[in-house]
Amino acid sequence: MKNTLFTIIIISAIIFGCSKKQENAQGAMASGDAAQKVYVAPGNYDEFYAFMSGGFSGQVSVYGLPSGRLFKVIPVFSVDAEKSYGFNEETKPLLETSFGFIPWDDAHHPELSQTEGVPDGRWLFINGNNTPRIARIDLSLFETVEIIEIPNSSGNHSSPFTTENTEYIVAGTRFSVPFPQKDVPIGDTKFDGTLSFIKVGKDGKMEIAFQILVPGFDYDLAHSGKGKSHGWVFFTCYNTEQKNTLKEVNASQNDKDFIAAVNWKKAEEYLKQGKAKEYPVSYKHNWLDEKSQVAKSEEIKTVKVLTPADCPGLIYYLPTPKSPHGVDVDPTGEYIVGAGKLSADMAVHSFDKLLKAIENKDFEKTINGIPVIKFDKVVAGMVTKTGLGPLHTEFDGKGYAYTSFFITSEIVKWKLGTWEVVDRIPTYYSIGHLMIPGGDSKKPWGKYVVALNKITKDRYLPTGPELAQSAQLIDISGDKMKLLLDFPTVGEPHYAQALPAELVKPKSKQFFNLKDNNHPYKTLSENETKVVRQGNVVRVYMTMIRSHFSPDNIEGIQVGDNVYFHVTNLEQDFDVPHGFAVLGATNAELLIMPGQTETFYWNPKKVGIYPFYCSDFCSALHQEMQGYIRVSPKGANVPLKWWVGEPSAKK
Amino acid sequence: MRLKTVLLSGIIIMLFLISCGGGEDAKKPEPAPQQEQPQATNPLDNKGIGPIKQITLPETIDQKMADAGKKIYHEKCTSCHKEYEKYIGPAPLGIFERRSPEWIMNMILNPEVMIQKDPIAKDLIKQFASPMANQHLTEAEARSVLEYFRTLKQ
Repeated sequence: MKNTLFTIIIISAIIFGCSKKQENAQGAMASGDAAQKVYVAPGNYDEFYAFMSGGFSGQVSVYGLPSGRLFKVIPVFSVDAEKSYGFNEETKPLLETSFGFIPWDDAHHPELSQTEGVPDGRWLFINGNNTPRIARIDLSLFETVEIIEIPNSSGNHSSPFTTENTEYIVAGTRFSVPFPQKDVPIGDTKFDGTLSFIKVGKDGKMEIAFQILVPGFDYDLAHSGKGKSHGWVFFTCYNTEQKNTLKEVNASQNDKDFIAAVNWKKAEEYLKQGKAKEYPVSYKHNWLDEKSQVAKSEEIKTVKVLTPADCPGLIYYLPTPKSPHGVDVDPTGEYIVGAGKLSADMAVHSFDKLLKAIENKDFEKTINGIPVIKFDKVVAGMVTKTGLGPLHTEFDGKGYAYTSFFITSEIVKWKLGTWEVVDRIPTYYSIGHLMIPGGDSKKPWGKYVVALNKITKDRYLPTGPELAQSAQLIDISGDKMKLLLDFPTVGEPHYAQALPAELVKPKSKQFFNLKDNNHPYKTLSENETKVVRQGNVVRVYMTMIRSHFSPDNIEGIQVGDNVYFHVTNLEQDFDVPHGFAVLGATNAELLIMPGQTETFYWNPKKVGIYPFYCSDFCSALHQEMQGYIRVSPKGANVPLKWWVGEPSAKK
Repeated sequence: MRLKTVLLSGIIIMLFLISCGGGEDAKKPEPAPQQEQPQATNPLDNKGIGPIKQITLPETIDQKMADAGKKIYHEKCTSCHKEYEKYIGPAPLGIFERRSPEWIMNMILNPEVMIQKDPIAKDLIKQFASPMANQHLTEAEARSVLEYFRTLKQ
């Protein structure tokens, strides 16, 4: 009896102790080994870095796979007070546009740089949708180092997909607008579209090489050719009806819209021949200077534009049912999958057939000088009996494609060439993009697919009306897909890219070498600290090291002064940032990495004694890392003085 | 009877471990605890813990090396160490009367381990509270700073 009771207790303990794992399994998976597959023991590293866009958060978040652990949120298009991004003087220029300083954008598609069609771990690009821009994140720093604005554009959604060797990344107009912009009645004239090709230099620097003026359809997504189709970029478009109101209905009238196939090598020839016309524009190109870690913003005033009617062979339209969203090219470069989001079946085009159709001039008509290929002359096959609302497709490198279905909330696995559906798995809920590490490249690491879901409803503890969105990790190493893990994400995980950690980790910078610090207001040792007044501008050349500022006492500041604290972190070790914050300052803290100089602007408005302190816990004496500034009335005769240590050390 | 219970619990506990998957074997074993250096009676016999095992200082000071060391010292060390007075950390003046040259260099090159394991460094952190920062000097740079310390005179 006693024994029985004992056994029951123990068994309940087992069940109770394991209950979390069983919750994970609910409704999703049959086998019980999911937990081991995503468990990364404390102190061990994940196999993959995953970079997820934050969508409307404007940021990129960095996760480990398979654990789903969040490592960092990289501010890109939105200011971030935590890192002083967009608040300190060094990063403010990055967010300059032709409309002025913009503290937000909608960041959709992270895109890893590639070499020979494979992610190489150098950079991550991401588009800003709202005020068309593309940002570049340096993957040795995990920081935004460049943002370029796209002129003659709006709704920059089909961006920033890369060519095989990151020769170009692209941008396109999801929202057509007049070219050039002008004051016209809405609805009377058809607007225009542009497809932009942004050249990427060896050092990563971006430059708008050319734009193609195209009919004002809504260019939605893009992907480059690879292998045999290297030299081409494919853009989907919907709203070939070119309606401007109630698009929900009016842009869904045509049974087929298009995939635009652009031959960029041909474009290069036309550029050489001088076929491009230069148009006056005004847009901003912003980048962080590596040595000084100070961003610069430059206005650019012209752009080269190619017109299809003058450039035969530059661009073709491939009819594709219906309002196609994603356009995805398989690892061989032969198949171009158009996910017609309002169509029951998905069309897959053949690159070989495309070339043949061009050669034979199998065109059904021409729009603004752009030949429209006959559908049956380019389509390779249809994937039928899938689901509803196909959006995006990625590949596992083993001959299979995985397509996300928004309306039926599922991922469908199908075979390239036979087009047969071989497996399907539900997602929770309303999947948008999906991502296989390297899944849009020539060599996918086809171990996992991540579902990026728009809606979570009942999946997590509720947090008021606004709920988390989510990512779900699915094992695709076997015949059947298996759900392993789901985790909430920062903002909308619109799209993501991932690659093996080994391609990034060894290059990750540990600290900035003081010797290389080329900041114009650097202070490289405590002996060089000073405070300089020029009129009402006061510059404080300050240093920080565990655990004191120099100077830490300052007098002679006056109400209304424009005070710039140029603070250098003198540490030369891994993981020793210091923070800087001042009572009443109306911007944000500084968070300064070892060897770096950052600048904090302060405009004191009231007399008094103002403490400042280190806001990042740095050592056992972090609480002591604090100083004072005396603010006197305007015109007071308090002399400018500063010191650290005993008053005898007063300068 | 009792034996049976124990056996049963043993089996159940094993089951529990298996079914719960437990922690995957840690791939990185914890480093074996290093033995603390025995307290040397004469601090000059303590060479510290780090890459420097043995150095011999020549009779005459290498002035060129000392000048280079002075520059590095001013760039990377003076935030906490003033030559002639106690500041955040102790002053290097007269340091050769208190410490072996190896200890000094190991303290510069390997401060994280020194303040945890070396008896003198452990005492120092009790006195000064601020831990010595690793400023990532190369061995050659640390050696030239050492040479600079040799030039310091009251």
